[in-house]
Amino acid sequence: MTIALPAAPAPAPRRQIVVATALASASAFMIIMGMVAMWLKFRAGAPTRSSSDGLKVIKDWMPAGITIPEVAANVMLITFPVGALMAQWAVYSAKRDDAPHRSLALAISFVIGLAIVNAQIAVYSQMNIGLADGKFQTMFYSITGTMLLLVVGAMAFSLVAFFRSVGGRDNDQDVVNAHAFYWYFLTAAFAVVWFVVYVQK
Amino acid sequence: MTIIDNHVGAASHAQGNGSAFVVSVGQWITSTDHKKIGRLFIGASLLSAVLVAVLGVLFGLERVSPAHMQIFHGDATPQLFSLYQFGLVFAVLAPLFVGIAIAVVPLQIGSRTIAFPRVAQFGFWAWLFGSLMVDISLIGNGGPGGGATDLVDLYLLGVALAAVGILAASLSIATSILTSRSSGLTLDQLSAFSWSALTGSIATLLSLPVMIGTIVYVYVDHTNAKLLFGGNKGISTYLGWSLSQPMTFVFVVMALGVLAEVAPVTAKIKQPMRPVVLTGIALISTAVLGAATQSAHLIDWAGTNGDKVKSILLHSIFNGVPLLGVLIVVLTSLLCLKMGTPRVTGAFVLAFLGAIMILVGVAGNMIYTVKATSLEGTVFSEGIVLYLVYGGLLSALAALTHWAPALWGRVINDTKVIGLALIGLLGTVLAAFPLYIAGFSKQPADTVVGFDYKGPMALWNILSTLGHGLFIITVIGFVALLVDAIRQGTPVSQEVPA
Repeated sequence: MTIALPAAPAPAPRRQIVVATALASASAFMIIMGMVAMWLKFRAGAPTRSSSDGLKVIKDWMPAGITIPEVAANVMLITFPVGALMAQWAVYSAKRDDAPHRSLALAISFVIGLAIVNAQIAVYSQMNIGLADGKFQTMFYSITGTMLLLVVGAMAFSLVAFFRSVGGRDNDQDVVNAHAFYWYFLTAAFAVVWFVVYVQK
Repeated sequence: MTIIDNHVGAASHAQGNGSAFVVSVGQWITSTDHKKIGRLFIGASLLSAVLVAVLGVLFGLERVSPAHMQIFHGDATPQLFSLYQFGLVFAVLAPLFVGIAIAVVPLQIGSRTIAFPRVAQFGFWAWLFGSLMVDISLIGNGGPGGGATDLVDLYLLGVALAAVGILAASLSIATSILTSRSSGLTLDQLSAFSWSALTGSIATLLSLPVMIGTIVYVYVDHTNAKLLFGGNKGISTYLGWSLSQPMTFVFVVMALGVLAEVAPVTAKIKQPMRPVVLTGIALISTAVLGAATQSAHLIDWAGTNGDKVKSILLHSIFNGVPLLGVLIVVLTSLLCLKMGTPRVTGAFVLAFLGAIMILVGVAGNMIYTVKATSLEGTVFSEGIVLYLVYGGLLSALAALTHWAPALWGRVINDTKVIGLALIGLLGTVLAAFPLYIAGFSKQPADTVVGFDYKGPMALWNILSTLGHGLFIITVIGFVALLVDAIRQGTPVSQEVPA
């Protein structure tokens, strides 16, 4: 048996989870931005043709016959900020030690994530295109699929934060802040994807 | 008072039934001790360095007389070149400095451990298994240009997994520096190496994800349509940028941090012009701009005056600024020597020579990106990568020499290290410089056959082969010195020397 002096207190890490989430979000943002840049590059390189009246130049990027379900896409765009709002509500509640509202807000942000996944699946089923049907289709599934994975990550984050909240972790301010940060990042990333992929096409 | 029970009974029981070795291995595999995770990265990277250099020797031998010497089967050459390029950058350069940073940074910032040690541990295993997947796929005819479809997919997954591993470890390093510094230690007071670890990690976190995004596209396309990215042949076109400049500049940032750290210690003075040194290190990290945008801006002397100015301006920002950063660090280290009372140490010699090699590599890239030189597609680019990777390796060996007392509690023999540094310098120059010359003679890159230019073609390739061989001796010699120091060296106090 060894008798040792008490160890010196370790310096308390400052907002470690928030900083790590911010760095991870920046990395994830770069994945999406890199993919958007590739999308734009291929779109710019797509062949062009004149319209039948000869007045317009049409870019043949999205094949004829494919329709983007704009309602579902727009609903997704609106849903992301709602998720961020719920995450911010959790931060507001956590600051006031309001555990029930904090847990409720986290649970709702999880459900919102579920709603976004549902909307994305609706987009896929309404478009009814195959992954291997063409260039546009392959890139469409790749970029929206990556975005979907990031949303699933947000749901996992919400669920973990929710269970920690329900489990009585009242000093979990950092986790709740980091969770909100991730939702803000998702909202920004989807806004770019929505404009480039769903609006500009 | 804290009482610590060493569990003597448990340990003796483990030894008694002969499972002590298994327990030890298990502890290494699952350890969250930052020094152990760092050492795992360092050990695996040094082993990779030897294997990659062996591959360099074999390529060099075959290039000596492409018409007569056939070491590799013709079809296997593209795969082996892919393995060589991936190995140089992702199996040696990047993980080696990540490992050193994981081991050293917590000691420098006064933290007991790295932030999120399990993430760092995951980073090591993800990188290791990713690298193994790449090796297996390339050996089995996968990878760029490979014929086995499943193994091409495995290659893409392997590269992505290795990149995720490097990212996870970089996340741990950057978070540690930003959040776990001892109280009172501000960012501008960080040691030069920790500063370089911070800027290098952030640059990695911003540039490698772009590669992962590209892999997603290439993978989905390859497994399904094969319409967009040229199937197996197109992989190099779309991912090749991640194995060349300016991406490699991002991975050598910490190498310059080592020199900036070691120079004042060698000169026994406080770092002069410290803000300038930190700015220099940060300037090298600006290579992230070129890496994330996948662009190597060329000076093109065509078009209008406006086009020329634009071309020079972009070239200066994307290629000149990192060169300026390297120059600043090298010059300030010389200033240290001038102002102080230097004693030649093995760590300084290695770090300085390593930085000079990196400087030659970055300067070579400035020439390579002048369109009029017509160096694109020649072995000149391989020469640049070799200068950067072997120069980086010399700096990494400097770091290991400098921090051996903190990491292993032993001092490495300085005289022998200086001898190895000189062999390493000769190895790097011989491996890389002949390729610069061969580049001007238009020897094509990524191939060992199909070229026959006027001039001493065999000589350049013999010298390059010899250089790889000398570098193998340097790395193996250093590992032997380190092992010898750990087993028989004089123990020192646990204090970090800087």
